[in-house]
Amino acid sequence: MSATTLNPAAYVDPRTLPGEVGMVESPRKRWLPFNIWHLVLFPMALIMVVPLLWVLVSSLETLNQTRHFPPILWPGTFQWSNYPNAFNAAPFGRYFINTTIVTVTVVASNLLLCALAAYAFARIDFWGKKVLYFLLLATLMVPLQVVLVPTFLIVKDLHMLDSLAALIVPNLANVFGIFMLTQFFRTLPIELEEAARIDGAGRLKILFTIVLPLSGPALATLGVIQFLWTWNDFLWPLIVIQTPTNFTIQLGLMNFQSAHATDTNLLMAANVMSTIPMLVLFIAAQRWFIRGIATQGLKG
Amino acid sequence: MQISAGRAAVAAADEAKHRRRGDKGRRPGDSLAGWLFVLPSVVLIVIFGLVPIVWGFVLSLQKASLISPDRPFVGIDNYTKIAHDPLAIQAAQHAVTYTFLFVPISMGLAMFVAIALNRKVALIRTYRLAVFIPVAVSTIATGVMFLWLFDKTFGLANFVLEKAGLGPFGWFDSVKGALPSVVIMTVWGWLGFDAIVYLAALQGIPAQLVEAAAVDGAGRWSTFRNVTLPLLGPASLLLMVWSTISAIQLFDEVFFVTKGGPVNATSVPVFYIFKLAFTSSYGFGMAGYAAALAYLLFVVIMLVTLFQFWAGGKMVHYSA
Repeated sequence: MSATTLNPAAYVDPRTLPGEVGMVESPRKRWLPFNIWHLVLFPMALIMVVPLLWVLVSSLETLNQTRHFPPILWPGTFQWSNYPNAFNAAPFGRYFINTTIVTVTVVASNLLLCALAAYAFARIDFWGKKVLYFLLLATLMVPLQVVLVPTFLIVKDLHMLDSLAALIVPNLANVFGIFMLTQFFRTLPIELEEAARIDGAGRLKILFTIVLPLSGPALATLGVIQFLWTWNDFLWPLIVIQTPTNFTIQLGLMNFQSAHATDTNLLMAANVMSTIPMLVLFIAAQRWFIRGIATQGLKG
Repeated sequence: MQISAGRAAVAAADEAKHRRRGDKGRRPGDSLAGWLFVLPSVVLIVIFGLVPIVWGFVLSLQKASLISPDRPFVGIDNYTKIAHDPLAIQAAQHAVTYTFLFVPISMGLAMFVAIALNRKVALIRTYRLAVFIPVAVSTIATGVMFLWLFDKTFGLANFVLEKAGLGPFGWFDSVKGALPSVVIMTVWGWLGFDAIVYLAALQGIPAQLVEAAAVDGAGRWSTFRNVTLPLLGPASLLLMVWSTISAIQLFDEVFFVTKGGPVNATSVPVFYIFKLAFTSSYGFGMAGYAAALAYLLFVVIMLVTLFQFWAGGKMVHYSA
């Protein structure tokens, strides 16, 4: 097993990522008024989307309509008031603000700190670099669940428990971001940077004026995936946050579910509200999510 | 976050590739500059990444609680206890069952779906979005959705199955059905991810290869079996490693949706570790034992990953 073949990027040409080029057209005689693949694709897409649509429909029904069998698939009139009612039944505004603070800080910090470190790993030959790089890589092998107890104790000793700091500080820089950007920086032509050095530019200036402007795709990919991880994270917030005013959306939704398990319409409205921001981002930045998944195997 | 051994192996392989390039020689000031650039990240990763790894091992040799600072050493007692703990063994059995259901089902479906999505037909972008969209939905939102979908009394799933003359099923509330229900829910959540990886791999297959097979008279099935499937080997291997790792670490869905029940039917290792360390179920005093279980789980994951890469390396054909 050679090094290149282990890397998913080696068999995926970034120019042929899903949604771009390289699709297969099969010229066949048509005996239907539409392509026969629709008979496979349509039911498939429907099965994936029906659960989401069912949530949406339920969020617009009255409580009595949800307590009905067979289920009412079309309520007739929409109970829009479920949304303000759900929003006011729990401090969802607070949850959104908390999650936004945490996510934006973590994403911005990761882009900056990982870029700095990755630039050094890709371009500067400093003492101890190889040992350090492998030490960092070793931490990638250990999943969070395995170091849960000691990480909790460290956060506790730093007096960060039950505060947004507990969600932010441990995640300010992550090894995968460093690794991914290091890989990317190595693919950039070094000539521009060498020319700038001869002109007397410092390392920081080279990073910010030459390297980063060429790294849009890598930064966008890292940014959206980090956003998804942080926004949807559950286990870590569950362990370090207790006070409802510090809840993230995921914790808030969990709490809402246990308090309103039988208010199905409100619960589904809360579910829609908590999911919409991420869905909008996903649809808007689809190509970067897909790039992150297809070339790096990053899962939310 | 699903970062783990599989991805680390990919990273290490990439690093090994670059190491072979000779260094150009260190310039004065490079060491200082380099360390200044990496310092912020390194400090954070040492505190929240490396120290917990070492401390976790120390804890696994102690009788520890999250509340009391008194943590006497007990040697390897925590590890020897595992073999006699029926709840740990039960959790491991559930993890094995879940993994053997989840990995083949999600990968098989994803390959089929990706092949269908690799067609140039009208609305293909809409179809793709429909399949990819669960990637953006959190595990909790998925849980809320499936609790309602699989509701015994009012759920859509029982309604549809009743029309087909089946059911009604108890889903998450039935001892036999709970784990399979979790499989269905997590397959829905993962299918988009797997399909993206497969679709990217399919689009990397040169059209000439498929055409050449057709010219040689190979039928559709034969082309798929002898050309497409082998070329999907590397993607399949990576997906298998990643989905196995995440299946062994199943937690969110079980914690939120089934709470390990009914009667422990869906208790899995990380859930059990969580309960031991962070809940009052075992009096908060089991953090050391939980750390030992976590370390053992880590070793198992590493061994499974190494085995998969070793076995996969023998079987997978690399075209590159």
